Amino acid sequence: MNLEGYVIIVGDSVDTDTIIPARYLHKSDPEWLAQHVFEDSFEIREKISKTPKPIAIIAGKGFGYGSSREHAVLALKAAGVSFIIAESFHRIFYRNAINNGLVVIEGNIRDYVREGDLVKINLSEGVITIPRTNKHVRFKPLPRKLLEILEIGGLKGFLRKIATEEH
Amino acid sequence: MESLALKILSKHSGEERVEPGDIVYAKVDKVMVNDVTGALALKILRETGAEKLVGKRKTEIYIVFDHYSPAHNWDAANSHAELRFFSRKYGCKLFDIGYGIAHQILVEGIVKPGELIVGADSHTITYGALASFSTGIGSSEAAYVMATGELWFKAPEPLFVKIIGNFGISVTAKDLALYLLKEFGSEGALYRSVEFFGEGLRNLDVNDRLTVSNIIVEAGAKTAIFPYDNETEAWLRRYGVRVEDEWGELKIEVSDVESMCVNLSALEPLVSAPPKPVNVKHVGDLEGTPVDQVFVGSCTNGRFKDIVALARIVKGRKVKTRLIVIPASLRTLKRMIDEEVLKVLVEAGAIIGVPGCGPCFGAHMGVLGEGEVMVSTANRNFPGRAGPPSAKVYLASPYTAAVAAITGQITDPRPYVREVLEK
Repeated sequence: MNLEGYVIIVGDSVDTDTIIPARYLHKSDPEWLAQHVFEDSFEIREKISKTPKPIAIIAGKGFGYGSSREHAVLALKAAGVSFIIAESFHRIFYRNAINNGLVVIEGNIRDYVREGDLVKINLSEGVITIPRTNKHVRFKPLPRKLLEILEIGGLKGFLRKIATEEH
Repeated sequence: MESLALKILSKHSGEERVEPGDIVYAKVDKVMVNDVTGALALKILRETGAEKLVGKRKTEIYIVFDHYSPAHNWDAANSHAELRFFSRKYGCKLFDIGYGIAHQILVEGIVKPGELIVGADSHTITYGALASFSTGIGSSEAAYVMATGELWFKAPEPLFVKIIGNFGISVTAKDLALYLLKEFGSEGALYRSVEFFGEGLRNLDVNDRLTVSNIIVEAGAKTAIFPYDNETEAWLRRYGVRVEDEWGELKIEVSDVESMCVNLSALEPLVSAPPKPVNVKHVGDLEGTPVDQVFVGSCTNGRFKDIVALARIVKGRKVKTRLIVIPASLRTLKRMIDEEVLKVLVEAGAIIGVPGCGPCFGAHMGVLGEGEVMVSTANRNFPGRAGPPSAKVYLASPYTAAVAAITGQITDPRPYVREVLEK
């Protein structure tokens, strides 16, 4: 699986309340959630609106801190985020991302990228490429079981399969 | 060294031994969704056709309306209606508006030691206080568990914490919890199973343990688990649970070398300042900060013990801030009525809310205005959590919150608590 995106850089411990504030969770329509993504965080919101799509979020430690709201992943996807590379992720966000087919990679490439850079990833080989500098960074490929979930289109894909097989 | 989390996980996965980092599929005893995450789980079940499998597994399904209790707008009311219908159709256990917060309802006689429980709410971690493996998941996974009765888990690496000593005056489990957050930082327990042991546990009743387990998720933990002991047994009996002999094996035995140690006697009242829960300071460092609103409630500190701590301080006084008190469950509210705590609070000027999450969730009942300050007994204080980003939430114990309500500012609670307890 190959993906590419244009970089926006964010800091450590970006929490799910910041990604999508609680006051918008009464609807789960992705378009609605995307309208309000990072609404209280002016700087990140500006970056998202100015950067070409798809977007690659490059983050520090602990991305997806806090609430279990899956709406955070839906909001990011609908806002055009293609993948996230962070030093580390909080665990429920990580699971939600994989389960919804949003690619999340553990790694630190903040020193190699600038805002707006194009970044490419090869998921099966575990390589990140930054064409501007022709830099290649290796990352530990996802465990087989998680790749299977991504390949089938997230956990929904699995559920569809189970529902078809079992009557 | 024996991790209780791994022991429970191995029993539920059918594997003889589970090592940290292993990915295993395990049978889930109970799955919980609330009115925010449940609506999305339902949508996923419908879209995938997996709804027809619900109710065919042994896994018990709990649905709790706590975030929008009662509904604050049409969408929330519609979600409630859908979930009520779903619940009747598939025999789920529904707790409708007013019953309280899922994390309190489930520990009032539903969760049993040794169980594997998941919930689409990050604070599901709370039930570790009853020697169970419980952890938060998303809505898709809740849907998956409802349909299949199992889920994949990455076995967590244990992080052992030894507790010794006893609390000094006005220092509570919330201060212990905040101390741990300060030590860990927001990623310090990431993916870990935090497991408690040591002679100091006899000074932590189940109320206290629930507060601690609840808040450890703010350091990234997967589970925060206490061993089964006399305190656990007493709590379960109080809620009518038939105690089983095998629970006696749910112990955590560790040598001192492998763990961090916390002396309760050395703790002081602490406060978490914005912008995140791990930003913990001594109460003295924030002394004098003007406060507009105090909130006593939430799955962290909305139990009867917490509300009694508040009542002791405000009894016979008039509060100088808005004071919102929300019991964590209907049982808590009933006990407040029976033991005349409600009267004390209302006479002091408190506003009593419907059992549920209240302003902690930030979408409902008691949110702040621009630039306002709240001292809250809850667990999160991100910008925008309970009002506009300019509003500030300070997290503290019920004593510290109560004293802030009567002085109108963040205040060291010790002289006030000492005065009350000496009376």
